[in-house]
Amino acid sequence: MFKDKPIKILLAKPGIDGHDRGILVLAKAFRDAGMEVIYVGLLPTPEEVVDTAINEDVDVVALSLLNGAHMTVFKKVADLMKEKGVKDIAVVGGGTIPDADKPKLEKLGISGNYGPGTPIAEIIKHITERAAEIRKLKATGE
Amino acid sequence: MVKDSQSYWSSKLMALREQNSGNNPDYETWKGRTLDPWNRNASSAGMESVNSSGIISKEVYTSGDIPQNTEKELLGMPGEFPFTRGVYPDMYRGRRWTMRMFSGFGTPEDTNRRLKYLIKHGESGLSIAFDMPTLYGFDCDNTRADGEIGKCGVNVSSLKDMEVIFKGIDLSQVSTSMTINAPAAILTAMYIAVGKKKNIPIADLAGTVQADILKEYIAQKEWIYPPEAHLRLIRDMMVYCTENMPKWNYISISGYHIREAGSSAVQELAFTLADGFHYVEMGQEAGLDVDDFSPRLSFFFNSSINFFEEIAKMRAARRIWATVLKEKYGARKTRSLLLRFHTQTSGYTLTWQQPLNNIIRTTIEGLAAVLGGTQSLHTNSYDEAWALPSEDAVKIALRTQQIIAEETGIPDVVDPLGGSYYLEWLTNRMEEEAYRYFEEIEKVGGILEAVKVGYLQKEIAATSYRRQIRLEEGKEIMVGVNKHVEEGEQPISILRISKKAQKQQLDRLKEVKGDRDEKKVLEALKDLEGAMMKENENTMPYILRAVEAYATLEEISNIGRKVFGPWKEPVIV
Repeated sequence: MFKDKPIKILLAKPGIDGHDRGILVLAKAFRDAGMEVIYVGLLPTPEEVVDTAINEDVDVVALSLLNGAHMTVFKKVADLMKEKGVKDIAVVGGGTIPDADKPKLEKLGISGNYGPGTPIAEIIKHITERAAEIRKLKATGE
Repeated sequence: MVKDSQSYWSSKLMALREQNSGNNPDYETWKGRTLDPWNRNASSAGMESVNSSGIISKEVYTSGDIPQNTEKELLGMPGEFPFTRGVYPDMYRGRRWTMRMFSGFGTPEDTNRRLKYLIKHGESGLSIAFDMPTLYGFDCDNTRADGEIGKCGVNVSSLKDMEVIFKGIDLSQVSTSMTINAPAAILTAMYIAVGKKKNIPIADLAGTVQADILKEYIAQKEWIYPPEAHLRLIRDMMVYCTENMPKWNYISISGYHIREAGSSAVQELAFTLADGFHYVEMGQEAGLDVDDFSPRLSFFFNSSINFFEEIAKMRAARRIWATVLKEKYGARKTRSLLLRFHTQTSGYTLTWQQPLNNIIRTTIEGLAAVLGGTQSLHTNSYDEAWALPSEDAVKIALRTQQIIAEETGIPDVVDPLGGSYYLEWLTNRMEEEAYRYFEEIEKVGGILEAVKVGYLQKEIAATSYRRQIRLEEGKEIMVGVNKHVEEGEQPISILRISKKAQKQQLDRLKEVKGDRDEKKVLEALKDLEGAMMKENENTMPYILRAVEAYATLEEISNIGRKVFGPWKEPVIV
């Protein structure tokens, strides 16, 4: 199903966080895996992330934070999506996220939440699954 | 200028290539006689050994792998040019390295307690970490700071917070290192103001601010304005501190973040020194004598897990700095040639899986730093892949250093590995590779241009990606991550910053704004704006005045935002 149109993914570090080693590696890895990758650079606000995701019509938004602010900032992104009625974009997360926070993020619709040391293949598999759900939703909705 | 530099680097590089090339006949003979027959019968033959810098090592080294002038010229004696063996004659026999544990989290009160705890357990120098809003020049009441207060370090929005951090600590007895870059001048001014309130003369304040803005664009990415603006503010601070603060190291030229961002050891070495050379040129252009200010430049390196590569890097760094300062920048005093450095063990090598293993990694890395001749050391805590360290974890990390210092006998002899054929060969090779980068950076148009076009950032990202792929392919190993993996690991207890920190900071900021003389604040800010507009006006006294009037970090930073505008990083992916 992704043959004609590759997965389109927005990688973003919302909030105030300069730790971009991981997200730069993932951007390359996702591109090598055939995805269309958008990375807007550092320091976007949650509003900017959501607006870019909508304007670019992406399948997936991947959020990364290593500054401990994920419970506030990821939530802001999820809330804004809800507010704007966006249902056809999947949100995944990653960074230094304690186990205890993962179920809370899942509840907000943010899945994955991978920590350091996760194999890239595992992350790509998850994104591909989420994107497939989204494409299906779009197909039935349209 | 550029042309001169170009030919200097090229001639150095050529000489080093010449020095390091050529076969070692002893090795070749031994290989044919003993090694090859052995390999033909063994199953392990052909294992390639390559370090992070891409340097491939042989099975063994002999005197034939190092030049004949090694002992007399390339090494010299400790405390003598080119300082390969150490910057001081007696090194740790005279004085142990400073055990400087980076700490800072939550509210100023939390950090004040942690600093006192560390002092009580034998720490000899303070080192403060700030949270993200502080690092980017935002106050705690900015909506962007929501959820980030105290998470990655302590929050400082105004002088009041700094007063609390240092409450009950005698600033004439400690030296304080502050990891702050974009707003370094503001935090230095706050420290001066705290000292003033405690009646400590400004000349007695001892410490370091990082203020290495070049590596922010290269690696850590914590900037506020475009590079030229930040460099100008740092120049002002350099001039001010050279005149007024003899014990203040105003730039800590940092490879640590370059490495953590994914570089190799040699990229860390080369990019850091290249940054350092730029600051030297900046000081000279500002009219300072290199012998007056270069003794105040200090360095900050990473110590990662490839033991000998790290030691070689630190030794090569000393030799390169001394040589270039003398030959290229005309430094004459011994003090000006000394590359003194702080080391932190590698955060990247810490694993989230099987976290107790991190104690061992940190021990090995800390040992490399000591054998590399560091002046101060931070050892990471085993829980730092999870969160900021808990008190117990920090204590083990500090004890690790104390064991190396007090029990092992390692500090008894200066540069005990000096003369090791392998280490000397590797030191020479690391040096050569660094010069290759100096030449390359010059070709791009100098370090500032290299930063602006993203050349260095791309180099680092490429190394980091390559390393990740090697991990994925199992060509590099992290125990517990891609080998010796355990299922169903138990979570460890970690430090969590409560939401209360944010509330408390917001309350205090409100109080500060309510109590201060608004007219004084506005005047100080207006004058600061005027000073910033005039390229040749030193901004430092104006910043100090604003700080003392309790203008906030963000208010002061906003003057710069207005005058200099924002910075958008080059696209590298």
